[in-house]
Amino acid sequence: MAPELFVQYLMAGVTYGFIYAIVAIGFNIIYNTTGIINFAQGEFVMLGGMLAISLNGLVPLPVAIALAVAITMLIGALLEITFIRWLDRPSVLRMIIITIGLSILIREVALHVWGESVRALPYFSGNEITTIAVLGARVSPQILWVIGACSLMVGTLSLFFRYTLLGQEMRACAANRMAATLCGINPRNMVTFSFMLSAGIGALAGCVMSPITSTEYSIGTGLAIKGFTVAILGGLGNSMAAVAAGLLLGIIEAFSVSVLPLAFQDAIAITILLIILFVRPHGLFGRKDAAGLKEF
Amino acid sequence: MLRIKNLEAGYGKLRVLKRISLHVNPGEIVTLIGANGAGKTTLLATITGLIRAIAGEIQLKGENIERLAAEKIVARGCSLVPEGRQVFATMSVRENLVLGGYVQYRSKGYDLTAELDKIYALFPVLAERQEQLAGTLSGGEQQMLAMGRALMAKPSLIMLDEPSTGLAPLIVKNIFQIITRLRDEGNTVLLIEQNAKAALQIADRGYVMETGKIIVEGAADELLANKDVQRAYLGRDVE
Ligand SMILES: Nc1ncnc2c1ncn2[C@@H]1O[C@H](COP(=O)(O)OP(=O)(O)O)[C@@H](O)[C@H]1O
Ligand SMILES: [Mg+2]
Repeated sequence: MAPELFVQYLMAGVTYGFIYAIVAIGFNIIYNTTGIINFAQGEFVMLGGMLAISLNGLVPLPVAIALAVAITMLIGALLEITFIRWLDRPSVLRMIIITIGLSILIREVALHVWGESVRALPYFSGNEITTIAVLGARVSPQILWVIGACSLMVGTLSLFFRYTLLGQEMRACAANRMAATLCGINPRNMVTFSFMLSAGIGALAGCVMSPITSTEYSIGTGLAIKGFTVAILGGLGNSMAAVAAGLLLGIIEAFSVSVLPLAFQDAIAITILLIILFVRPHGLFGRKDAAGLKEF
Repeated sequence: MLRIKNLEAGYGKLRVLKRISLHVNPGEIVTLIGANGAGKTTLLATITGLIRAIAGEIQLKGENIERLAAEKIVARGCSLVPEGRQVFATMSVRENLVLGGYVQYRSKGYDLTAELDKIYALFPVLAERQEQLAGTLSGGEQQMLAMGRALMAKPSLIMLDEPSTGLAPLIVKNIFQIITRLRDEGNTVLLIEQNAKAALQIADRGYVMETGKIIVEGAADELLANKDVQRAYLGRDVE
């Protein structure tokens, strides 16, 4: 393989890898405070992109993105408050059904509002044919936007969970809900925050990826599957491992194009997911005995 | 400080507590002893609001708290050191303590560093392990951390659920010394124990609980001398 081609595949892999990682981190944040998988996670990404596209005509692009993220966070909070907060110790199965229901609901509303057309945000710098040289290969600057925004989110999140009181409260809730309550923390509020946070990072990822990947009402499902694979691959609940796992999946997918027909690309994630579930359900990086411990 | 009247509570249809009445005066150690399954932990869960009372009253400093949410009750000054320590295993010792002070965080005159120093003075071993993850501490250290975390909230009443369970005798002795010291510094303590003899030796008053009822109450030395209590709880004392 020519070195430029190699770099090109690699950059594409890293780009998608970061997007998967963000979706996976969204899963993890909610999983850690509630113990459930929010299957509507992919829809937050779709909503972020769609809202930003609609707002972009009315306000400048950065404002449109900021508003889209804020609105999606609000939607995340409202969904949690309306459908989940009042439940008294719901079973895992019930929660799964509720979140799948929510994902269908959001998708149908999006279809109604935006129709089936495929849309995209404009490229943040330059246009679709602008390229810059990276290690001898020519890539779109938007790729750097995606990589930059996603790594910034990962970094900020890890600082948030480590050093802010709110972040520590959320970790406390994840570690031991009863003990957190005994410290005076309201776990229900932490669950609402976790939905807001997941919605926010999903929406931002949805905005930065939109120029490259385009956005339509139905992209959430595919992203949720990839994100879920990555979350499991990294060990559910572990966000730093999700980044590594995301990059791994992204890069495998990107390079698979050179050996497999394009149609098989999406099957890779499913295959990996099934293998992991059979062989190492605690994830690639998780230790078996640590699988019971939840950490952001 | 704490006054409970005809309290009833349980899980679903199961009524565990049957018309419990007891009180704790400011500045004393009161111990509640009873066999496994008597309902001691359930009583503490009801006081702290983790489960709802079916009937009866719980008053803390003269105010009824039986309808408040658990996190509000902590803020009113009643902290629990739960059974089995329940430290935040994935967080550092320091983070555990900081979260313990959560209810005081925004109140005026709360000096986090000073409070941390007080806890470290009380439990020097925690100071040495500030950055260590709580889950990696020994059982005794976790018990001390759980106590430190509860004390960070500067509670008017601190309740301990079987702090001695599963610990080596030397460490139990140390923990009971610290409980005595807390009382001598003006704290009010409700101590739940299966280790009846050790608990009654440091307590001012005691209650004996059996299948959800208080069956005996009195001054600690009276209970120590009580024939029935001796036969049921002190004879097979593990110390
Ligand atoms: N979460 C629960 N759900 C149902 N029953 C419980 C629960 N916890 C305790 N019990 C029952 O309540 C009774 C009292 O238990 P507990 O308060 O833990 O006793 P103790 O702390 O004195 O050992 C026991 O019969 C126990 O089986
Ligand atoms: Mg108990």
